[in-house]
Amino acid sequence: MSDVHVSNTKRIWFVFGLLSVVTTVEVFLGIIKPESLHLTHFLGMNLLNWIFYILTIFKAYYIVWAFMHMEGEKSILRKVVVVPVIFLVIYLLFILLTEADYIFEVFKNSTIKWNF
Amino acid sequence: MGSTVTTANSEENTWGGGNEPMGASYGKLMMWFFIVSDALTFSGFLAAYGFSRFKFIETWPLADEVFTHFPFLHGVSAPMYYVALMTFILIFSSVTMVLAVDAGHHLNKAKVTFYMFLTIIGGLIFVGSQAWEWSNFIRGEYGAIETKGGSLLQFVDNTGHRVKLSDFAVSLPKEREQLTKSKGKWFMEEGTLPTYTVAEVQAGFKAHPELLIRTEVIYEDNATTKADPKNNPTLNKIKHKTILTRAESEHRLANATVVVEGANLIRNEYGSKLFADFFFFITGFHGFHVFSGVIINIIIFFNVLLGTYEKRRSYEMVEKVGLYWHFVDLVWVFVFTVFYLV
Repeated sequence: MSDVHVSNTKRIWFVFGLLSVVTTVEVFLGIIKPESLHLTHFLGMNLLNWIFYILTIFKAYYIVWAFMHMEGEKSILRKVVVVPVIFLVIYLLFILLTEADYIFEVFKNSTIKWNF
Repeated sequence: MGSTVTTANSEENTWGGGNEPMGASYGKLMMWFFIVSDALTFSGFLAAYGFSRFKFIETWPLADEVFTHFPFLHGVSAPMYYVALMTFILIFSSVTMVLAVDAGHHLNKAKVTFYMFLTIIGGLIFVGSQAWEWSNFIRGEYGAIETKGGSLLQFVDNTGHRVKLSDFAVSLPKEREQLTKSKGKWFMEEGTLPTYTVAEVQAGFKAHPELLIRTEVIYEDNATTKADPKNNPTLNKIKHKTILTRAESEHRLANATVVVEGANLIRNEYGSKLFADFFFFITGFHGFHVFSGVIINIIIFFNVLLGTYEKRRSYEMVEKVGLYWHFVDLVWVFVFTVFYLV
């Protein structure tokens, strides 16, 4: 980082524009909720939600890589920070969401009614 | 000095200490590791939210019916515009932060000062906006009824539009007085009583034959739901809350126990009890991060003004708080998606 003192101002404003456009698209889709996307399911989730999650990860990538300047760090630092987070988050989500879906089925299909 | 600033390690002294195998100073590396652990904390919260939401997938509140307020626009349903504005404010303050870091690389004190100042202002506006959002959420708008079974009933007119309790509840002579400390013995008191009693809402509902009840259940457009005589035959739309017939509405309302207005940690008028708990906890925890970020930014801002980093010939401290500040923005991107969009 200290070797090059080239100004990144141009790139910063480009990323800001990109994030703004993506957020606008998200809000726009969230308000109109186009039926073609909202009612079409793919792998257990509707297409609208897929788009929201993909755009979120897209935004997260630009925040970490451009704003937090991860693109200028050594590859070992990139891996040390990013890999454990991604692995653990996927693992956690897999366990919790599978279990939650199971509990939902139990409530739905059996006689247990318990609101907690 | 050596511990706070990255310096080029010219001597190859593998076991002598002072090595930087990741090319980052001790402080910056520790900020990254703190961010990793904090990111995992937030992931845990959001995954717990997902867990509860999946568990009550058929009855979870719809975000665009909950967050509909915009300053100075009373009675206008503006779903998500306000939170979109908040998102822009936070992204913009991230931009000014990264511009401050960039100016710091050029040892440009005036520019660092200016951009740090803008970042602090942006952060304060964001925290203020979140407080406003909370106050609307806590106050509520329409009011609802909780039944014996713990489910929530909301009111709509015969076109399917939401109706406020104050629009139809009658006023009956009250014998119930709120217990306050001044009237009680030995520190007895109770929470605020709702504006209307259950009996007043029930009487008002009886007097307005056009009113119907909307349950928490999200309507699925299939043969079973269509054939169900309890569901309203004309008003129901797919992926909206189920509206009942008048007869079934009266039947359900007979089981009412509590009038719910706004939100607290026990119950809320939007639906599932856990919804408000998660909203308060996760946005609150994020808001706390923004708040502490602003405080840290202010400290660094004054250090910049005093010329601390000018003397050090390195603005790396600005870079470290910058990392924290961007992380707060990063978390918001996910909170925004999970709470408001999906």
